[in-house]
Amino acid sequence: MSKMYDFSQLTGAIDAYLRANMSPGWAVFTELVIIGLVALLLYALVGLFLVYLERKVCAIIQNRYGPNRVGPFGLFQTVADLIKLLMKELIPIARADKFLFNLAPFIVIIVSFMTLAAMPFALGLQAIDLNIGVLYVLAVSSLGVVGILLAGWSSNSKYSLIGAIRSGAQIVSYELSVGLSLLTVIIFAGSMQLSEIVASQADGWWLFKGHIPAFAAFLIFLIASTAEINRGPFDLAEAESELTAGFHTEYSGIKFAFFFLAEFMNMFIVAALGVTVFLGGWMPFHVGNWEGFNQIMDFIPPLVWFTLKTFFVIYLIMWFKWTFPRLRIDQLLTLEWKYLMPLCLINLVIVAFLVMMGWHF
Amino acid sequence: MTMSEEIIIKDIIVGESEDYMINVGPQHPSTHGVLRLEVCLQGETVKYLIPHIGYIHRGIEKMCEFDTYSQIIHLTDRMDYLSAHMNNEAVCLMVENALQVEVPERVKYIRTILDELNRLASHQLWWAAFGMDLGALTTFFYGLRDREKILDIFEESFGSRLLHSFNYPGGLMHDVHPNFQKRTKEFLSYFRKKLPEYNQLLTDNVIFHQRSKGIGYMSKETAIAYGVTGPSGRGSGFSCDVRKYAPYSAYPVVKFEEKLRTEGDTFARYLVRMDEMVESMNIIEQLVDNIPEGDFTAKMRPVLKLPAGEYFQRVETARGELAIYLVSDGNKTPYRMKFRSPNFSNLFVLNKITAGGKIADLVAVSGSLDLVIPDIDR
Repeated sequence: MSKMYDFSQLTGAIDAYLRANMSPGWAVFTELVIIGLVALLLYALVGLFLVYLERKVCAIIQNRYGPNRVGPFGLFQTVADLIKLLMKELIPIARADKFLFNLAPFIVIIVSFMTLAAMPFALGLQAIDLNIGVLYVLAVSSLGVVGILLAGWSSNSKYSLIGAIRSGAQIVSYELSVGLSLLTVIIFAGSMQLSEIVASQADGWWLFKGHIPAFAAFLIFLIASTAEINRGPFDLAEAESELTAGFHTEYSGIKFAFFFLAEFMNMFIVAALGVTVFLGGWMPFHVGNWEGFNQIMDFIPPLVWFTLKTFFVIYLIMWFKWTFPRLRIDQLLTLEWKYLMPLCLINLVIVAFLVMMGWHF
Repeated sequence: MTMSEEIIIKDIIVGESEDYMINVGPQHPSTHGVLRLEVCLQGETVKYLIPHIGYIHRGIEKMCEFDTYSQIIHLTDRMDYLSAHMNNEAVCLMVENALQVEVPERVKYIRTILDELNRLASHQLWWAAFGMDLGALTTFFYGLRDREKILDIFEESFGSRLLHSFNYPGGLMHDVHPNFQKRTKEFLSYFRKKLPEYNQLLTDNVIFHQRSKGIGYMSKETAIAYGVTGPSGRGSGFSCDVRKYAPYSAYPVVKFEEKLRTEGDTFARYLVRMDEMVESMNIIEQLVDNIPEGDFTAKMRPVLKLPAGEYFQRVETARGELAIYLVSDGNKTPYRMKFRSPNFSNLFVLNKITAGGKIADLVAVSGSLDLVIPDIDR
């Protein structure tokens, strides 16, 4: 692993410069502001790009061109849409619970924003390296359901309420599978710290060196996390052919955009978490003894690796959204409680046994 | 107490009760038009539903009483707009039978080909929208892509794509375009290659099987009792194809099967329509090369007056049996005209077959009945 792309040199230099020029308290404050601004910029850029990407990917699957008028290849289409949403009227809902109604989109977006803090984007490019990073991401991301429930409850709309209750049942159920499938790798790696998990994959990604259980865990993670972020074929919370738009039926303008953006960012976060845990995070792709090949791979910066892998997983998630029909609510819960959860538990026991006997690489 | 009074009273009582009622429609993505279903829910489960119709009522039956027979044709387009050609044909056949006009063979062949092309286009749109009801959004673009080819053929010959009003009592408005045969054959060879894609995308999908098998069961008795005709009825084993039982135009000379299934669920209704697409292509293939030469219309008087009496004509549209009952008093306009539209009967079985299912099932089942709302309201 080469140190030439270590971001800690850059961050260390900034830290040293700030501490040399101001008191330690102010230096930390300034750093927090810088991190916040960078994260906000990243959030906006990635969110906008994902909306564009989804429209392009679904266009390819559906024999269409997708957005191709605003800017080169339609790249600025989402920017134009955002400006439109910003300028739209926020329609007040009669007899809605105003406080909760206005609070809900902020909860959803803040929660998805908070998970970015623990993501190891590249070597040294991580805001906080918590020693329980996986737990933190899981715990914070599952708070988003509170926002969805509040949105459905306070909208004073029956469609919204059904959507919110569906979403609650769904997220609470699939949270278990996501956690259990991540636990398999935590047992392999022996740590919950995201940077440790990435470092443990320097000699091979857990997807490849974790035998069949890790592969099964990755598949379960992909299915369960798709359900957790309310995306097709599990998009029951906003099933447009049944509930028009589910929990955000009554939202308009920028408040709707918050839900919309948060949904896409959740997809990014889930993909990033999957990449970090199963696909080696920012580690380059190495093949056994191919020294030359491995060295060339090392020259590609970790940030590029991370981005490529994340977008690969995002593409997978988009691919099956645009191909499969939607499940029914009872089938959705059956899938989780009767198939995925038992599979996860069996998988976990097998992994524990493998690690105990020292049969893994 | 009549049926409608019962419903109204129930409605009022329901309005005051503690049931969790939601209005699916009149503006809803999966009612495919301005239909309102008042659905009573218990959690996710549908207890019962009451269809409210009339949002797009235009009084076509009443308007017919003031129009001549050639004008009526243009009104029938607007009922089931996806089977516009079959609707036209029903009026034309009735007038021709009443006046005992012998239509040229060429007209019969062309009418039958157009019937089947129209049925194909209608089933393609149904397939596209049905997939979308179930959440498979890509089907919509596949279906519309292929339907476009048929509409292009229509446009070339009739100048319009959807409401063509191409039939005229005694024949056709004018002859078909010289390219008609060539393009129809091109389309057939194209669509035979594309139909397997439909099966790969939706028919063979496991989630789709779970969503449609055993859902919305309709027994043969129910189908007959409610008068559910067309592919929806044939999915329950109710043999009701007018093309077989009262053949008209060129149907007596073509060989085709009436596709029947006995399962009676959403999946059976789906498969019947998929099979009908293949069958329609077979029918067109038998006819398209053998269109006889001749006139495109029989000699008709400029003003059509039907002799006093009662007349009845039925045809098979893409959704079932369209029957017209007409009373004439010898004038150039009908005294009374009654349409028995297939969708009206197909809609009212919805409560019977969805009660007890989930909301998602309601969407799937109403999609599988393939309702066209303007045909219900007329």
